[in-house]
Amino acid sequence: MKTDTNISGAHGAPVVALEKASMSFGPVHALVSADLVVRRGECIGLVGHNGAGKSTLVNVVNGRLTPTGGAVSYSELAAKASARNNAHAHASGVRSVFQELSLCPNLTVLENLRIPYRSMPRNGWRKTAKKMVMAALDQVFPNHGISANAVVGDLTIAERQMVEIAIAFSARDARANLVILDEPTSSLDAAIAQQLLEHIRTFCTNGGAVVFISHMLGEIFDVATRIVVMKDGQITEDRPTDGFTREGLVDAMGHVASHEEAGPNAHAKRNLGDVVVQLPNGLNARKGEIVGLAGLAGHGQAEALANYYLSETSAWRSTKTPKAAFVAGDRARDGVMPLWSILRNMSLLTLPEFSKRGLVDRGSEQKLADDWKAKIKIKANSLTDPLLSLSGGNQQKVLFAKALASSAPVVVMDDPMRGVDVGTKKEVYKMIRSEAQNGRTFLWYSTETDEVLECDRVFVFRDGEISAELVGEDITEENMLRASFEMQEAAE
Amino acid sequence: MSQTTTNTSSHAMSLRDLVQKPWIWAYLAAAAAFGATMIISGGQGAGSLFYAALTFAAFSAIVGVGQMFVITLGPGNVDLSIPASMTLAATLALKFMDSNPSLIVPGLLVAIGVGIGCGLFNFALILLLRIPPIIATLSSSFLFQSLAIWSNRGIRVKPPEPLADFTTGGVFFLPNVALVAIFIAIVAWVVLERAIVGRWVLSIGQNLRAAQLSGVPVNLVRFGVYVTSAVLAGITGFLLANFSGGANLNMGTEYMLMSIAVVVIGGSSIAGGNSNVPGIWGAALFMFLIVSMLNSYGLGAGVRLILTGLIIVTVVAFASKKGYAA
Repeated sequence: MKTDTNISGAHGAPVVALEKASMSFGPVHALVSADLVVRRGECIGLVGHNGAGKSTLVNVVNGRLTPTGGAVSYSELAAKASARNNAHAHASGVRSVFQELSLCPNLTVLENLRIPYRSMPRNGWRKTAKKMVMAALDQVFPNHGISANAVVGDLTIAERQMVEIAIAFSARDARANLVILDEPTSSLDAAIAQQLLEHIRTFCTNGGAVVFISHMLGEIFDVATRIVVMKDGQITEDRPTDGFTREGLVDAMGHVASHEEAGPNAHAKRNLGDVVVQLPNGLNARKGEIVGLAGLAGHGQAEALANYYLSETSAWRSTKTPKAAFVAGDRARDGVMPLWSILRNMSLLTLPEFSKRGLVDRGSEQKLADDWKAKIKIKANSLTDPLLSLSGGNQQKVLFAKALASSAPVVVMDDPMRGVDVGTKKEVYKMIRSEAQNGRTFLWYSTETDEVLECDRVFVFRDGEISAELVGEDITEENMLRASFEMQEAAE
Repeated sequence: MSQTTTNTSSHAMSLRDLVQKPWIWAYLAAAAAFGATMIISGGQGAGSLFYAALTFAAFSAIVGVGQMFVITLGPGNVDLSIPASMTLAATLALKFMDSNPSLIVPGLLVAIGVGIGCGLFNFALILLLRIPPIIATLSSSFLFQSLAIWSNRGIRVKPPEPLADFTTGGVFFLPNVALVAIFIAIVAWVVLERAIVGRWVLSIGQNLRAAQLSGVPVNLVRFGVYVTSAVLAGITGFLLANFSGGANLNMGTEYMLMSIAVVVIGGSSIAGGNSNVPGIWGAALFMFLIVSMLNSYGLGAGVRLILTGLIIVTVVAFASKKGYAA
């Protein structure tokens, strides 16, 4: 904890202050007249649905964007919306961890620390960097098991996230005074997320400040001292955590809180059909069943799904009746065509189904996209806009629509809800239920417990193998955690 | 959210759309080169220059279309065996026809067959031996070239009379080879813009893994693209040999860089996933006209090459900038 004890400045001293900050991108007002002061020792939970302006607010705070109106000031340095916000933010020890991971995959863990630490002494920098990155990792995630010399590309997505978080908290030439965490736990499992929350608490107690963005409300209530709610580019609520209830918070975000509880009790008895999926590791699914793949992140669930999908499809033939459709969780790697419009991204999988002599039927393509835009409520001005112009959650909706629009009897989902807001999740859950009712089978890998609770049957993975199969009433958080950890203890 | 966007007239929109097309710059550059040549000649020989440009651009355009599909497949994909495939196809086809007019159609089929063989061989190297496409096509081009040398043995077979007449002749203002090349370009445009296969090629160029996870038969598409490129090279070799009175061993040499240059100048992304067909014709015309312009100004070979290089860089800079803005 040596790095934390010498943070200067009293508790309550402002690290950064926004005064009527506004940000417009052409006609889009992403941030409207936001007032926000982040003080030492506090952890701000920032919530809002997709496209509410959270990312913009964060980018104004960390100096990456210069607001088009209003002022931002860092510590004592007052800076009128100037182009040097970036430098001020850097000097004030403002660090950010983004939802889309931003490490260099071809470099090692220690080399990735070297990149943000520009003024690191040249002599023997590898040794210094190694020491620093290991200290940071040990401090935030004790027993992490990550080597400083590991190439980032070889790490699991959870490990990459851990490295990025640790680097953000590490003391470099400037100390970390304010760390912005945008969905940091989305790819971490419960135990590791807990370590992070623990560290945030310590960090704030020692005078640091944290802005914590998460769609997991439990975590927000767990760690935040103050909650800021955003809606349509405005800060609508800014109160201490005590002043909120979960229901109240969901209401404040503007989504109608769904009262029809969709927990394990919602497992209405359905007539399931024959077994349609049978994997070599024992995983099976029947027609119309929603099968969950659970367990700690990175224990072979994603590989099992990808292998299943690739074995069901051919790299040499195309078919009008695909056997399976895939919904990617790692969008940039597995799902998105970055140069294409929403329309083209959405129709790629279904093109052969409505083709005429090998040509794209553009009328059907447009109709399909219009239908799904309305059905799944994609927030976009035009379907011909680039997919990347959408917020992360809306991009994910497009990928959902792509898979659900196909006639495939099995839908494979590889942790598809990373960074999707609560309201959207509820809508998607409902859609999955009704599709299952119509006889579609879902294989659903998720790192979030409440999603796994939506499933009819759950296979818990551990070290690439199935450690438990849970059915109906047995699908509980405790049972899943037990199945994830039990064998780990036995093995050690 | 879109209340602030105002409606512009449809006419203004179409003009703006046109300027945003990446291929427009190749045509503007070609027109400028044509105009500059006309200034020095005082407007004389416009018709014959245009005719010659269409003729020679036709050969570049056909190989350019094949190369475009390959480059669209994404980083690292390029077909360096085009010159060798051209030479091999032309050599074998002319030897087979042996100046006999009754063997013209089978001769064309021989050229196409050689193209298919070359494409199969290239893709076998890429897929089965996992050799990077640049290396695979480069090494196979040595093989094809050696085969051509071995079968040719320095004999220059004259093309059949009617075929020579066809390739050097024309209808009205248009050379026959240009008509063939325009037809091929139109087919390629339909494939790229309207067909499912075109979507597949573009998707693979953007994100191979995501394409595969979206049900795109990636190996089939890549296979088809490499075979198409080699077949188009074979057809070009066939036409060029008949046009120039027989196959010779270095007839393809300049088409290695030419095929890549017309793709890039035409506004297709060298990184893959974003290509267009019209630009290839514009660029092919430009590449011919720029040389004839510099010739008509009486510049030496060295200066000519330097200027050609500089002008290409300028056009590519414009084309790629506009391409990303769109």
